[in-house]
Amino acid sequence: MAAAPTPSAPTSPAPLLRIRELRKSFGAHEVLKDISLEVHAGEVVSIIGASGSGKSTFLRCINVMEMPDGGLLDFEDAHFDFAPGARGRPTPAQLRALRARIGMVFQSYNLWPHMSVLENVIEAPMRVKGVPRAEAVALAEGLLERIGLADKRGAYPSRLSGGQQQRVAIVRALAMKPRLMLFDEVTSALDPELVGEVLALMASLAKEGMTMLLVTHEIGFAREVSTRTVFFDQGRIAEDGPPREVLYRPASERLQQFLKRVLHEHVAGPTGEAP
Amino acid sequence: MSFSEWLDFFLPYVPGFLHASWLVLVLTVLVILVSWACGLVVALGKASQIGVIRQASVFYIWFVRGTPALIQIFIVYFGLPQLGLGLSPFVAGVLALGINSGAYVAEIIRSGLSAIPKGQVESSLALGMSRSETMRRIVLPQVVRIILPAITNEAISTLKNTSLLSTITVVELTLYAQTIIATTFRPFEFYAATAVIYLVMTTMLSQVAAMLERYNARYV
Ligand SMILES: Nc1ncnc2c1ncn2[C@@H]1O[C@H](COP(=O)(O)OP(=O)(O)O)[C@@H](O)[C@H]1O
Ligand SMILES: [Mg+2]
Repeated sequence: MAAAPTPSAPTSPAPLLRIRELRKSFGAHEVLKDISLEVHAGEVVSIIGASGSGKSTFLRCINVMEMPDGGLLDFEDAHFDFAPGARGRPTPAQLRALRARIGMVFQSYNLWPHMSVLENVIEAPMRVKGVPRAEAVALAEGLLERIGLADKRGAYPSRLSGGQQQRVAIVRALAMKPRLMLFDEVTSALDPELVGEVLALMASLAKEGMTMLLVTHEIGFAREVSTRTVFFDQGRIAEDGPPREVLYRPASERLQQFLKRVLHEHVAGPTGEAP
Repeated sequence: MSFSEWLDFFLPYVPGFLHASWLVLVLTVLVILVSWACGLVVALGKASQIGVIRQASVFYIWFVRGTPALIQIFIVYFGLPQLGLGLSPFVAGVLALGINSGAYVAEIIRSGLSAIPKGQVESSLALGMSRSETMRRIVLPQVVRIILPAITNEAISTLKNTSLLSTITVVELTLYAQTIIATTFRPFEFYAATAVIYLVMTTMLSQVAAMLERYNARYV
C-alpha cells in the first residue's frame, strides 16, 4: 500500500512514539502507574495482560482519548506534558492533529450505521484533512479493493458480517494515512470463523512496515506478527522484549500464570504448541 | 338536507375555514420551532456539568409536565401583563405552547442522545474530528432517526393544542367555528366539519413522518 511508511530499523535514533512516566487514575483507582515506552517506526508491539491491567487505558492515553494525569508524550512534532498546570498540555487543536495521524480500531467496530461503507471511509479524510471528495473516494476505493469489499462500497454497515465491518473499520483508519495504528482487542467480539480475515489484514499491514501497537489475547498471532511483546500487570509494564523471549521464557511468575490461563482458553488455536 | 342544500349551507364559510386552518398550520410551525429550540437547550442543560443549569432544566420539565397547558397559556397571556409584559394573543399563544411542548421535546431528545453508543463518538474523535463535527455528522443524524416517531406525535399534539388558543381570542379553527355557531345555531355540523379539518391536517402530518421514517430506515 502506498500509504504505508517504509520500514526502518528499530535501532534508528529517534523513536516515533516516546512515552515517559505516564500516569492515569480514575478517582482513587490508579490504573496506569509510571509507564514508559518507546516505539520506533516499523515496530509491531503486542500488548498482553490480564483484563483490568490497564491495556485499553494505555492505548487511549496515546491518542489522548483519555487525558493522562501526568507524564510526557512525544510523537513526531507533538510534545505533550500532562502534568497538571503544565504548559505542554495539549490544546483541542493539537489533539485533533495528533489523532489524525494515529489510527485506532476498537473491539466493537463502531462503524457509523447511517453512512455507507464508502461514506464511512471518506468522512474523516474530507472533514479533518480537507481532501477533495474525488481524491478521498479514489483512496477509499483502493483500500476497499485491497480487502475485497469494493462491491460493498454502497452497503450500509448493518449488511456486513462482523469480520467485514472490522476490516472496514481498519480501512477507515488507514484512509487517514496514519503513522501509527492502535488496535484494542479487535477480534474479541468476532465469531471464531471471522477472526482469521481480520488478523490476516493486520499481518499484511505489519509486513508493509506499519507501526502498530496491538492489545491482543491471540498469543499465536502476537508471536508471529509482532516484533516485540509487552506484558502489562496492574498498571505497569512488567515484561518487555522479543515475543519469543517474553512468551516462551516468561521471567515473572505472573506472566507464566497469565500465559497458562490464556493458552488454556485458546486450546483450539494455533497457540498451544511448545517453543 | 340534499347535497346541494348542504353545499349552499357550507359554501359561504369555506373561505373562513380555509383561513382559520391556515392559521392553525402557521401556529403549529411556529410552536414547533420554539419547542425544538427550548427542547434542545433543556436537553443539553439537563446533561450540563453546571449544577444550576441542570436544576433549572429539571424544574422546567417538572413544572411544564405537571400543570395543564391551559393554565400555562393563561399565565403567559393574562398573568405576564401584570408583570409589565403584555403580549398579543398570537405571540403569547406561540410562546406558551412552545414552552409547553419544549419540555416534552427535551425529554425526547435526551432519550435519543442516550441511545447513541459511546463508541460512535469515540471512533469519530479518534479520527481527529472535532466535537461539533462529531455532533453534527455522527450523533445528530442518528438521534433524528431514533426520535422521529416521538417527535411526530409531539407535533400532532401541538397541532391539536392550538385549539386551546381559542380561549385567548386567537381566531384559529376552533374559535372560528364557535363564532359561526353563535350565529347559525348549528353546533353539530360545524364542530363535525372542524373535527374533519383537524383530522386531515394531523393525517397529513403523520404521512410526512411515515415518509421520513421510511427514508431514514434505509440503513437499518
Ligand atoms: N472511564 C473509566 N472510569 C473508571 N474506571 C475505568 C474507566 N476506564 C477504565 N477503568 C478501570 O481501569 C481499569 C483498567 O481498565 P482497562 O484499561 O480497560 O483494562 P484492560 O484493557 O487491560 O482490560 C479497570 O479496573 C477499569 O475498571
Ligand atoms: Mg481492554
